[in-house]
Amino acid sequence: MSDARLSDRGAVRGRRWSWTDPKLRSSVIQIALGLVLVWLAWSFYANAEANLSRLGIASGFSFLDDRAGFAISQSLIPYNENMSYGRAFLVGLLNTLLVAFLGVILATILGFLMGVARLSRNVVIKALASAYVEVTRNLPPLFQILFWYLAVLATLPSPRQSWGLGLQPIFSGIASGLSAIGLGVLATPFSGLAAAVGAPDVYVNNRGLILPRPVFGEGSGAILIAVLVALVASFVLARWARKRREATGRPFPVFWSGLALIVVLPLLAAAATGFPLHIETPELRGFNFVGGLSVMPEFVALLLALSTYTAGFIAEIVRSGILAVSKGQTEAAHSLGLRGGPTLRLVVIPQAMRVIVPPLTSQYLNLTKNSSLGVAVGYPDLFAIFAGTTLNQTGQAIEIIAMTMAVYLVISIVTSLIMGWYNKRVALVER
Amino acid sequence: MSDQTLSPHVFVSSVLLEPAPPPVSDRGPVRWARAHLFGSVPQVLLTLFGIWLVFAVIPPLVQFFLIDAVWEGTDRKACLPADVGHPVGACWPFIWAKINQLTYGFYPADERWRVNVVYALGAVLLLPLLIQKVPYKRLNAILFFGVYPVVAFVLLTGGNFGLKRFLLGYLGFDGLFPIGATVAGLSVAFWADFVVSSALLALGAAALARFVAGPGAGLGAARNTLSALGILGAVLLAADIDVGLQPVETRLWGGLLVTLVIAVTGITASLPFGILLALGRRSHLPLVKICSILFIEFWRGVPLITVLFFATYMLPLFLPGQLTIDGLLRAVVGVALFASAYMAEVVRGGLQAIPKGQYEGAMALGLPGSLKMRLVVLPQALKLVIPGIVNNFIGLFKDTTLVLIVSIFDLLGAMRAAFTDPNWATPTTLFTGFGFAGIVYFVFCFGMSRYSMALEKRLDRARHH
Repeated sequence: MSDARLSDRGAVRGRRWSWTDPKLRSSVIQIALGLVLVWLAWSFYANAEANLSRLGIASGFSFLDDRAGFAISQSLIPYNENMSYGRAFLVGLLNTLLVAFLGVILATILGFLMGVARLSRNVVIKALASAYVEVTRNLPPLFQILFWYLAVLATLPSPRQSWGLGLQPIFSGIASGLSAIGLGVLATPFSGLAAAVGAPDVYVNNRGLILPRPVFGEGSGAILIAVLVALVASFVLARWARKRREATGRPFPVFWSGLALIVVLPLLAAAATGFPLHIETPELRGFNFVGGLSVMPEFVALLLALSTYTAGFIAEIVRSGILAVSKGQTEAAHSLGLRGGPTLRLVVIPQAMRVIVPPLTSQYLNLTKNSSLGVAVGYPDLFAIFAGTTLNQTGQAIEIIAMTMAVYLVISIVTSLIMGWYNKRVALVER
Repeated sequence: MSDQTLSPHVFVSSVLLEPAPPPVSDRGPVRWARAHLFGSVPQVLLTLFGIWLVFAVIPPLVQFFLIDAVWEGTDRKACLPADVGHPVGACWPFIWAKINQLTYGFYPADERWRVNVVYALGAVLLLPLLIQKVPYKRLNAILFFGVYPVVAFVLLTGGNFGLKRFLLGYLGFDGLFPIGATVAGLSVAFWADFVVSSALLALGAAALARFVAGPGAGLGAARNTLSALGILGAVLLAADIDVGLQPVETRLWGGLLVTLVIAVTGITASLPFGILLALGRRSHLPLVKICSILFIEFWRGVPLITVLFFATYMLPLFLPGQLTIDGLLRAVVGVALFASAYMAEVVRGGLQAIPKGQYEGAMALGLPGSLKMRLVVLPQALKLVIPGIVNNFIGLFKDTTLVLIVSIFDLLGAMRAAFTDPNWATPTTLFTGFGFAGIVYFVFCFGMSRYSMALEKRLDRARHH
């Protein structure tokens, strides 16, 4: 009776088209999905072609060579309105990268500080850090950008009444404080000090931030080379010291020797070339400042808002990373005779980093993507220049939005590749 | 030897001595202060710095928002220090004057009761859903996620869509039905088309099921198709019937209304869509998997604002020329797609955390794939990732502010527009406005995060039982 079933041919003949057959089902689903996708792509293409010709919009990327015809208020590379859209794109991209880069650094510092402060035994510090985290995390980033721009920076004094920051205002502040509480005798040395250090270094007003500017004279290339050499040398030193520690167990003061290298080498180079570098301090003339480096308020608002907002998230990541290292690790390190500092540096932080790095990466990416919100206050980043002004002028929405999205996608992919590599390096090697 | 031989001078205490109390400096409030405030010199400095910071921030805020604040007035004169004669803090009359704009936008004044009904209905349905002890959760969920959106939609837009054609009409069988005839505001052509199309679709489904799954499956497939079409029909009927409400275009909506509409629609749409994407990403079918991965990674890699620009400027070029989509709807779809990609990653995390034994156990019980997911895997996975889901909701709520860049006036956009009113131009208007909007955003986001923490704690407790 089982002959037919045993024979191959019988099995094939007896096989029915059944929905429960996984192979058949999967190919039917995939063919259907493929057909839908092809239909979508085709109808998008056909509609776009019809719409573009109806509206008289050009297509293709040749517009990138056309004259842009608009000015950009902040540019890291030479640019004027006679240059091309392609050049404007580059200016915007660099502005985006600049604010993202500085934002990441500021947010990391502030975030780590706040994360550690939230774990402090000091209740006042802990409460303050918690309040900071809750407030910054629960307000929309765009709200924070507009707040800094409209409510804080725009209400600052005009250039003539600028606030000065630096050593001079600190000393004169102490002096006036002391004389206010009736200790005029003690105030004299401070006002002397204030006069000795000269004018403030940094000015804040409603037109932004005015910083001192380094001026590179003839031969400053040598200093730059010295800095690079010092960096490479301290990197090599660190590797050598680690190898030696792993082999012999003898530590080496890498931090201090590296710092000495980075400070001393450029100083030597500067001395050899006769100090070609000097700092140009801003000076108030008439109604505005002359000299120095002026930073536009849009940039300051965007940078402040992005870094304080992201720092709130980083603080929580750092806190959970440190809490994820079990207390036994600290106790074991103490019982080996390590003191507080080395315990933190050699035992707790390396283990916490494993937990911290992946979410930290996505916060960095979020910050970069959020930098596109600068368009709301008029910061000329990639999005404002390209998807804003250029799109308005050319109308080539498809190319422009695709290019803008592609830039952010590339940044995301590159960052996640780098972080993936780093993550693999620090990941726990299971034995 | 007996006891009596022992020396009478030996004394053995019969009670355990109480330990001596620690020195004064090491107990009670002193000890606490030493441990938490003044342990060492840096600690003391930190404490002093913290106390100074508190005093530098809190009293001026209280002074500004409460003590020096102006509470009554009709225009900017009430808030000008020169007119009032003392330093002026927050200018609350500005908020009172703009409160309608902030909550309804330009929604016609006579129709605002509809928005209020939607707000009230939402609160009435949502609160019992959030409180664990209230019974009838299932009915409540159906009402909130199924019925409420339709009611809110009809109330807010006014309904009476004037639908003209269904499937057959679009396929070119226009002549079959009498164009133009209406009954109670409903087009006869559309509804006749709908009924005939449904019957045809059910027949087709039955035939297909019979073909692929055997003769027994036909009836079930027809029934399923008909019930799905019945739900669709009910929704369409609600949107199409003339309920006598004046239609209100979405470009008149604004303020908190837009914020909540975008947030709630985004939240309700992103969860199911995100679950589908997460399942797609773990699918065994290569094409499904690749499509899901591409979709998720694309949306996660670009800023939301480019998505909104895509929906506003690029999408219309991809659609047939005569088809125009409402601006608010475009933004909502953009936000929902964007949020779904993030939701998919959160759900995937939960799916990965479910041990393989659960999948195998479900298979051993003979559950087919869809039931295995629905009854065994997803309930556990979703429970695991509730904090992540709520975090996404909070993110989505904050992201609704971005629509102001594509000229839709949400709460922040309405506030920004209110700032430009010269009748209220005072030195403190900006701070008052930001203070008010900040409080609203903070209450929503902070509330959500606290609720999620409480929920997490409860579920955690349940897991340990």
